Amino acid sequence: MRQAFERIAVPALALLASALLFALLLAAYAQVDPFEAFELMYEGAFGSWFSWQNTLTRAAPLILASLCTALPARLGLVIIGNEGALVLGGLAAAAAGVAMGRAPPLLVQVAMCLSGMLLGGLWIALAGALRQWRGVNETISSLLLTYIAIALMNHFVEGPLRDPESLNKPSTAAIGDANTIGTIPGMDVHWGLAFGVVACLLVYLLQRFTTWGFAMQVIGGNPKTARMMGLDVGRYVILACAAGGAAAGLAGTVEVAAVLGRANASLAVGYGYAGILVAFLARHHPLAIVPVAILLGGISASGGLLQRRLDLPDAAVVVLQGIIFVAILASETLYGRLLPRKQES
Amino acid sequence: MAESPLGIWSVPLAMLAGAIRVSTPFIFVSVGECLTERSGRINLGLEGTLVMGAMSAYGVALGTEWPWLGVLVAAGVGLLLGALHAGICQLPRVNDIATGIGLMLFATGLAFFLGKPFIQPKAPNLGAIELGWWSSIPQVRQALQVNWLFVLGIALAFALAWALRNTRWGLIVRLAGENIDAALAMGVSVGRVRLIATSIGGAFAGIGGAFLSLYYPGSWNEGLSSGQGLMAVALVIFARWDPVRCLWASLLFGAAGALSPALQSIGVTQGYYLFSAAPYVLTLALMVATCSPERSLRGAPGELGAVK
Repeated sequence: MRQAFERIAVPALALLASALLFALLLAAYAQVDPFEAFELMYEGAFGSWFSWQNTLTRAAPLILASLCTALPARLGLVIIGNEGALVLGGLAAAAAGVAMGRAPPLLVQVAMCLSGMLLGGLWIALAGALRQWRGVNETISSLLLTYIAIALMNHFVEGPLRDPESLNKPSTAAIGDANTIGTIPGMDVHWGLAFGVVACLLVYLLQRFTTWGFAMQVIGGNPKTARMMGLDVGRYVILACAAGGAAAGLAGTVEVAAVLGRANASLAVGYGYAGILVAFLARHHPLAIVPVAILLGGISASGGLLQRRLDLPDAAVVVLQGIIFVAILASETLYGRLLPRKQES
Repeated sequence: MAESPLGIWSVPLAMLAGAIRVSTPFIFVSVGECLTERSGRINLGLEGTLVMGAMSAYGVALGTEWPWLGVLVAAGVGLLLGALHAGICQLPRVNDIATGIGLMLFATGLAFFLGKPFIQPKAPNLGAIELGWWSSIPQVRQALQVNWLFVLGIALAFALAWALRNTRWGLIVRLAGENIDAALAMGVSVGRVRLIATSIGGAFAGIGGAFLSLYYPGSWNEGLSSGQGLMAVALVIFARWDPVRCLWASLLFGAAGALSPALQSIGVTQGYYLFSAAPYVLTLALMVATCSPERSLRGAPGELGAVK
């Protein structure tokens, strides 16, 4: 009862505090009526079917990218290489799409998804393997791997895979309209959203109802106990990292195959970093990731409307996102302290 | 562009110039992060601090026509952001890695939000010391233009190394970073030490940002930083938590960063992105070589949770 109350009340308090801070900034610095701004934000994020679709399109890569942090987190690992896996996944997908050219579109799409997931998975699995066999800290190595991934992407996009016709913004050749991953029937949102929701559901079921999930929980709780129970900790670490990296790779694939149509520097715009925070805000719970990603997607979707109607810089929504992130992370400390502790039996 | 009279020598010269110019923000960010990490705290948000520092320095220089006041204000802004990070991380059960990334997003967003009006106008520059007066070749003269902040950065690196080793205060910082129990037993307030160390680290990063907007490249826009703040963590590991090695590592990273455009200018257009990744590959290789399942990184502060 007490825990359930806190699970609602603590994030609600943090959100309220963030809204207050943001309102203060708007009123004091930008001289904008905060209530008007919040109303517009609601309108821009969830006010109409059109805004909902915009929100969901932005949420899709966040959902997938956040799994890259959330999955290994079950084992007590802190992986922050989401951006790298996403970028390389997108690059691999573009390469596969271009290479397969005129093959049947469904085949090309499957190949793009598989190669994106494979490369993303391998990339993060490398961080897991280094952790397991060499004791290299996975947080730092995954961060370093991100820089290397972005450099690799730039290298291939400007060199071996460059489309000679892309002058201003070096890109790979286009994957072609036929091979584009389309939208979910009945809405103007690409399939990436469905991939993300299904992936979160799968992870939830896996963690909740299988021995694998239980083993992961044991390892996350105490690796020594897990070893004594005869669990192959290393295998779980590498598999969880690979699965997380594959999810982020799929996020990149979808960005290439459904949004950009080709791989270029637009892949590295920070979905991966935002994904880290989504995972932390959701406390690494796969089902909580979806609403958190939708909330953040909604905030960034509303930026355009704020800019047009109130003449606010488009960075305003980034500020609000940042405030929310920090407030919710800081609110973590309130758990167990919100209500005066009574004598518990 | 006219053929350079220096030919192939323009590459090492450009690297020297790069090592001097590009590395200055690296020096400040990494020396600051080094101090923070030695106290046992990690701050991944220095990228945001750097950008906020750049924006506030530019704004102040624009308003007062006095760029050095901008540097001072940037340091103050960095100090506040560092204190905010330390204050939040000090709360029980708050994750410092996630908080750092959250603050990075917040500070970059805030900088772009507040800095919107400063994108067009031109603020006064910090100016340089001409060390190339003896040469008649313009490229050499240009390469040897040195900013006072570069000198200050070098001085800070040596001063910090000395202070950590020889002063009472340095001992306290190291104690807080190595072993909390020992620090508590000696009556040291670990929280306060980390608060101060993180704030000073933030102030250094703020100055690094001021260098970006007021000297090189010397303007304010949203693409000003190319991740110098994010690299801080890699730099500090590469330097194995030693301020003077941070200085050398920054010079190396700066030279590596300058290698790509230099190679481009003499006609090598392939593969320079791979060169720009070299520092990270080196850092990772260093970690793989010196770590083992039984032993953490050599030189790493014992209480630094993020590298355990």
